[in-house]
Amino acid sequence: MFAAVNIALALVLSPLLLGVINRTKAVVAGRKGQPLLQTYYDLWKLMHKGAAISRTTSWIFIAGPATGAAAAFTAALFMPCGTVPAVFSFQGDLIVFAYLFGLARFFTILAALDTGSAFEGMGASREAAYSAMAEPALLLALAALAREAGSASLAGIYGQYGAAHWSTSGPTLVLAIAAMFVVLLAENCRIPVDDPTTHLELTMIHEVMVLDHGGVDFAFITWSASLKLWLFGSLIVGIMLPAGATPPESLALRVGGMLGLAVAVGITESMMARLRLVRVPQLLTGAGALALLALMLSFSMR
Amino acid sequence: MISWAGLILVVLLLQNLMLLGTGRVRACIRIAAMQGAILSLLPILSSGGVPTLRETGIAAASAALKGIAFPWLLYRSLRGTGVRREGAPLLSYSASIVAGMAVLGIALWIASRAPLPGATASPLALPAALATMFTGMLLIVTRRTALMQLLGYIVLENGIFAFGFAMEIQAGLLVELGILIDAFLAVLVMGVAIFHIHRAYDAIDVGQLSALTDWDR
Repeated sequence: MFAAVNIALALVLSPLLLGVINRTKAVVAGRKGQPLLQTYYDLWKLMHKGAAISRTTSWIFIAGPATGAAAAFTAALFMPCGTVPAVFSFQGDLIVFAYLFGLARFFTILAALDTGSAFEGMGASREAAYSAMAEPALLLALAALAREAGSASLAGIYGQYGAAHWSTSGPTLVLAIAAMFVVLLAENCRIPVDDPTTHLELTMIHEVMVLDHGGVDFAFITWSASLKLWLFGSLIVGIMLPAGATPPESLALRVGGMLGLAVAVGITESMMARLRLVRVPQLLTGAGALALLALMLSFSMR
Repeated sequence: MISWAGLILVVLLLQNLMLLGTGRVRACIRIAAMQGAILSLLPILSSGGVPTLRETGIAAASAALKGIAFPWLLYRSLRGTGVRREGAPLLSYSASIVAGMAVLGIALWIASRAPLPGATASPLALPAALATMFTGMLLIVTRRTALMQLLGYIVLENGIFAFGFAMEIQAGLLVELGILIDAFLAVLVMGVAIFHIHRAYDAIDVGQLSALTDWDR
């Protein structure tokens, strides 16, 4: 029952995170900002629109958004929440979790190339390059957590973090969280890597790949992007959930933690400028180094 | 139970990576100074009991020298030369971070096989000390400007201090004080040398010094 609530919360509340991030940025900049529920309004509007699809595209162009949404939804089924179990769980499911997003990215890139636009091809190339550099950081951080928990499934890792674990392996957890925060920013096109609001051709990464999608397709893309943000956020918030909480408490704490994380992302975005494209690999290498350090510590501290 | 020592050693490792990952000389000076100051407090914080007057005095002197005197001297020679950042190091910053991680791996491997005389203060102490020493050497070998190489020397000295801590050498504090004074003099002399290199070549890139050789290339 609570597992279903967990999934429902992810599906329903994830677009709110984008609203919270935007509101945080607006408040820091002294603006009033768009409504908190703006993403929901956008999704509603897009759902009622038709899509203009170019004659040069093939079925891949339509498969892109559908695969993205399906992969994000499937990944949500693997994510437990404190004492609330995940729907599916087996040893090694964290690799499935990571590569479901890889599958979604692969289809987004193919769909972008399918339009035949040089501009979208440029964005696709950047997305492929940066996600290839973010991947080791994510997997190494997950490996460090798996090593700490002694289990290679998300349920095993996120089911048992509590005060006791923090006192014995605090540095490992902090380093893993730091690495995963950078990966979250990179994978969800947030500011030091990509600017979600930019429409300047030379700097866009993710936005440029989805320029030709419209209507329902774009609604799916927006919704799966927010679900992806929610799931990467749960990787971080899940570590901080107390071990002894009852299922309703876990769910409530998770929602609170996610809103806090959205505020943190908004503040990061307000304080930093977008990095130059040549500097992004350096940031991602740094995140990978933190994750590797976390893994090495988890081996040597015991 | 995670100890103060473990936490400080993790900070030490992070500072190594930061030193390898940036070319801004001011930031590097600050990080190296903080690293030295934090390390000086390590023996006091990890001992648990009330530190003796002698321990406190040596730690305070070391912290003051590394945290205040070194950066002050380095900032002064930086102002004299007007260098803001390391231009193009022999090893790029991303590659330096990767090299830093490789060096840490080597340090962990050595520490796991080294025959230790007794129990160390923290399982991380020896690898962290070795990694810091290797990081200092990496900085000396891969950076072009004399200032960054000097910083590498200071980081190497920090690593030696941590090594003494890891080995729990009791009379080591006295030896350490001797090394510290050597390092102080070296920083002083190198500051003067950097000033002269800058005046002669309008840069502090040590590559230019090879023009002095008699050997015909």
